[in-house]
Amino acid sequence: MSKSYRDGLPLSAREFIDQLLRFRRGSISRRHFLGVTGLGVATAVLASELGLRPTPAYAAGELGDRLSIATWPNYHDPQTFVDFTTNTGVAVEVNVFGSNEEMLAKLQAGASGWSLFVPTNYTISTYRQLDLIDALDVSKLPNYDAAAQNKRFTAEGEVNGVLCAVPKNWGTTGFAVNTAKLTKPMTSWKDFFDTSMTTGSGRSMVHDYQLTTIGNALKYYGYSFNSLKPDELAKAEELLLKVKPHLFAISSDYQPAMRSGDAWLTMCWTNDGAQLHRDIPAIDYVLGKEGGEIWTDFYAIPKDAPNKAAAYALLNYLMDPKVAVKEHIANGAPSTDARVNALLPKDLLDNPILYPAADLLAPLEFGAAATLTDPARAELMARFKSA
Amino acid sequence: MSSAARKRLVTALLLAPAAVWLFLFLVLPFIAIVVFSLGERAPAGGYQPALTLAQYANLPARAAAFWNTLVLAPAGALACLLIAYPVAYYLALKVLPQRRLLLVALIIIPFWTSLLIRTYAWMYILGGRGIPAFLELVGLPDLRLINTPGAVLLGIVYGYLPLMILPIYISLERLDRRLLEASADLGATPFSTFFSVTLRLSLPGMMTGFSLVLILLLGEYLIPTLLGGGKVFFIGNALVDLFLQSRNWPFGSAIAVALVGIAVVLLLAANRITARLSGARQVDLL
Repeated sequence: MSKSYRDGLPLSAREFIDQLLRFRRGSISRRHFLGVTGLGVATAVLASELGLRPTPAYAAGELGDRLSIATWPNYHDPQTFVDFTTNTGVAVEVNVFGSNEEMLAKLQAGASGWSLFVPTNYTISTYRQLDLIDALDVSKLPNYDAAAQNKRFTAEGEVNGVLCAVPKNWGTTGFAVNTAKLTKPMTSWKDFFDTSMTTGSGRSMVHDYQLTTIGNALKYYGYSFNSLKPDELAKAEELLLKVKPHLFAISSDYQPAMRSGDAWLTMCWTNDGAQLHRDIPAIDYVLGKEGGEIWTDFYAIPKDAPNKAAAYALLNYLMDPKVAVKEHIANGAPSTDARVNALLPKDLLDNPILYPAADLLAPLEFGAAATLTDPARAELMARFKSA
Repeated sequence: MSSAARKRLVTALLLAPAAVWLFLFLVLPFIAIVVFSLGERAPAGGYQPALTLAQYANLPARAAAFWNTLVLAPAGALACLLIAYPVAYYLALKVLPQRRLLLVALIIIPFWTSLLIRTYAWMYILGGRGIPAFLELVGLPDLRLINTPGAVLLGIVYGYLPLMILPIYISLERLDRRLLEASADLGATPFSTFFSVTLRLSLPGMMTGFSLVLILLLGEYLIPTLLGGGKVFFIGNALVDLFLQSRNWPFGSAIAVALVGIAVVLLLAANRITARLSGARQVDLL
């Protein structure tokens, strides 16, 4: 049998062009594009050269040859999907999103093509209500152990007693600050917005995401992160419009700007905070002392998923603590699963970015379902962006 | 079958594929958009049937985005025109014939790479580690280039310049040189020959390029997102947000209809102006 140089590559030329076209359409981010086309190639070639490929556990064709997943930026160990592909022959296509609204919009429009996606806790009841996700068949997920889950974080995976989603990890929403540039200690959302308009002017970023951008502006005044009260939202809008001319950008993909030094201050999720701090120690992750968001991301299967068999296989694979632990080490977000925590290295468990002190955790709020569909918050965000 | 009837049949058959295509993928979707624009946002987002003009009444809520687009799109098209004309003039009238093909190829080659990739390259050139770092190195003050309207304009000119050069080049290349000689024989200076002969005869090419670039810019979304940092907001960005974030399809549809209206008005105006400037000549831009 002839051996082509292409044999070890996870991407054929045609697949590369597919990825490029998806990239152009905006379905995937630049990071993902580089990941699947560059990094993925390098790691897979290395693995096959070293003879690390395990024998597939599934019969050829049983699971189809591809599956598409919708998730968040910088959220997975790329090796996880490469390993899954070598195990099963199913290529994993990763779509990266910046907000839950965007995921919902794609599913509402129909034919998203995803077999698995990663919604945040407060959206699951709405997906269920709109009949967009399946109830999960636990018998197909032997690696999932409900008893090992920390119920504080995982309760919203069940809607009316039906399991619709299983947890990926939990985390918080704070801000990242480059302390080499902004030396004055910051501890609150008040500090965040005030600094954005003074010493951090032109260097600060907020998410392109209504829940956190509006929610943290509400915290500036001490209101609830989830407020729907018109007068409180009006105050938040006033603050956001005042800060907008000082912003570097409105974007949920803030790691590149923080790493290049273009931005010094940004709203930030736990996992990005941990990754930035790990690579650039001068970047600190701060939780606003007024409060803010605590969240859990889940895996769910869309009702119109084109490849449910592979979705269950991948989900079960991801629920294996030995696989999940690598995911957590790579993305830096804390786990809800006691079996995973038992395997995590001690320095990770002691990391205050991942496991903040109890007094900082106490005031945090889980996002409320109503914020996802509330027209007033959506329109406020749109006015802020188009102002 | 008479020969006239056969001619009509042949014409109809030749036009049929394009007509079917346009009906399925232009007319039908546009009708759907108009129907959506008269509806209401469903409670969880999307569309629910209604018959109201409320979405159109709400258009001023995106006035800033319309304004940005209506300033930056024509400004970008004009900047392209001013830069493209000398290039096209050089290519058509001045360059040695044996070099012409190479130079035209050089203008087309960037199209072989995705605009997205080329715009990302600009993100790094204009970003903190690009030109500003170089300026700092030579002792100039810290300068912010990325995420400004200027960066968006630069990206626009860069991305759309070839689309402007080619139509102007073609109209100049077809220019009858004898007219220039006649003008000179009759005592005109090169300066007045250029303005009363060359420029006038290349007007259709200029307007074709201008309209082409302007229409594409009216719907531009990528360049403002990447080089404007989500702060320089075009109407295209407002549309993306309405469909992908707030999921207000009816309002998004109303904005889309308004945008189509604006594009049609601008094109008709451009057509009229060209026709007037180039005398009685027939001009077809659409």
